[in-house]
Amino acid sequence: MTYEKRSDGRRFDELRPIDAKVGVIPRAVGSAWFKIGKTEAYAAVYGPRELYPKFLQDPLKGFLRCHYNMMPFSGSGERVRPGSNRRAKEISLVMERALRPVVDLSQFPNAVVDVFVELPQTDAGTRCAGICAASMALADAGIPMRDLVCAVSAGKVEDKIILDLMYDEDSAEEGVDIPIAMLANSKEISLLQMDGMITKEELMKAIGLAKKAVDEIYDVQKVALKERFDIAAH
Amino acid sequence: MHEEIKHTIHSLLVKGTRLDGRSSLDFRPISVEYGVAHNAEGSARVRIGETEVIAGVKMEVMKPYPDTADQGSLMVNVELLALSSPDFESGPPSGDAIELARVTDRAIRESKMIDLHKLCITSGEKAWMVVIDICTVNDAGNLFDAIALAALAAVKNTTFPAFDGEKIDYHEKTDKPLPLQRLPISLTLYKYGKHVLVDPMQEEELAYDSRLTVSILEDGSLASMQKGGDEAFSIEDLSEILNVAIEKSQVLRAAL
Repeated sequence: MTYEKRSDGRRFDELRPIDAKVGVIPRAVGSAWFKIGKTEAYAAVYGPRELYPKFLQDPLKGFLRCHYNMMPFSGSGERVRPGSNRRAKEISLVMERALRPVVDLSQFPNAVVDVFVELPQTDAGTRCAGICAASMALADAGIPMRDLVCAVSAGKVEDKIILDLMYDEDSAEEGVDIPIAMLANSKEISLLQMDGMITKEELMKAIGLAKKAVDEIYDVQKVALKERFDIAAH
Repeated sequence: MHEEIKHTIHSLLVKGTRLDGRSSLDFRPISVEYGVAHNAEGSARVRIGETEVIAGVKMEVMKPYPDTADQGSLMVNVELLALSSPDFESGPPSGDAIELARVTDRAIRESKMIDLHKLCITSGEKAWMVVIDICTVNDAGNLFDAIALAALAAVKNTTFPAFDGEKIDYHEKTDKPLPLQRLPISLTLYKYGKHVLVDPMQEEELAYDSRLTVSILEDGSLASMQKGGDEAFSIEDLSEILNVAIEKSQVLRAAL
């Protein structure tokens, strides 16, 4: 089977249009909005603040905690019932791990930095959009960081290795979805998951597509952060 | 701390102004944006000043309740997201979230905004349920009005998904709107001593004496009310508050 054409007409190695804005939630310490195609994520950072329950406190450094949530009307299909579920819990965990390599919380013993990610509309790639938004929100909050994190999915549909899957590709039979996050400068991988069967060669090719896309995402993030702080954007 | 804010707000109101320079019956800029969530059957984003909320409607088919076998149903839920304020926490809905949802629900339900009879597919068997979720993005005060306005806007924006008699196809939308009969504008007024004000900022919400939420129809009649706050008000106060509410509901109506 050959995959001839994507439903939105994109090239197989092409990102959907991306857009970003920083400082969108004035009540938060830091915040950002990231949109890729029809997937849209808000992120808000609160803290550093005291961590409860107390036994989670670390006297040597602060704790980064993520909370991923889809708004009830954001999913493809039926209403998503509000409240925690196993999928959201796991995504929150892998988002924390994707972001921890870049944040330095050694100045905030016993504290927590909370990152809330909310999705008003989705078309696959939600954890990646969430990570892109969260990374900008952490920077906006002034949390010490050594790099930004950029994330995108790559994968395979039929015979093609593709970048930035949409819902119809993600849910295709025998489709392979690989969410990837990289540190923008070092290109080290901080999130890697995969659903589906693929050869090692194909996987490396998919990661290669993601690596190139990271530079494009990083550029959009940098422009949004510079706009926020009124630095000439280019 | 609240005593201090209360004192400041009072002394400003005496001079005819407020923390941000508005007069007591001025709203901050209001904007309504439709169709902001493509997976919802209808959606809207409302901003009042820096307050921002997003409402979405999902349509479901269910068995009608036995006491209203020939009617569809309505559900309103408010999510006070921890994303939108340091005062909100994740977890089960707080009392405030439940009150906001129920007050918004009553305005829509009691005004018969949506003709629930027309949502019946087969009496006693199948009927549409309209589920309205409103999520807060930034709480800079006056969530009551922002949430109610967003709910109305999302309902106005809603079209039925395709339904073959058995299953809903959420990926195929029809152009058939919901059967709407009227638009109940819900407005909340706040009393500080003898002063009445609309559209409080978050700081102003810390220090009011009493509040009243009223939903007002096109002809100025009322469909639902809810009093809040720890102080009582007089019958004369109520009459004055309602006059203001009827007049100022036009500002919110114009934003739709």
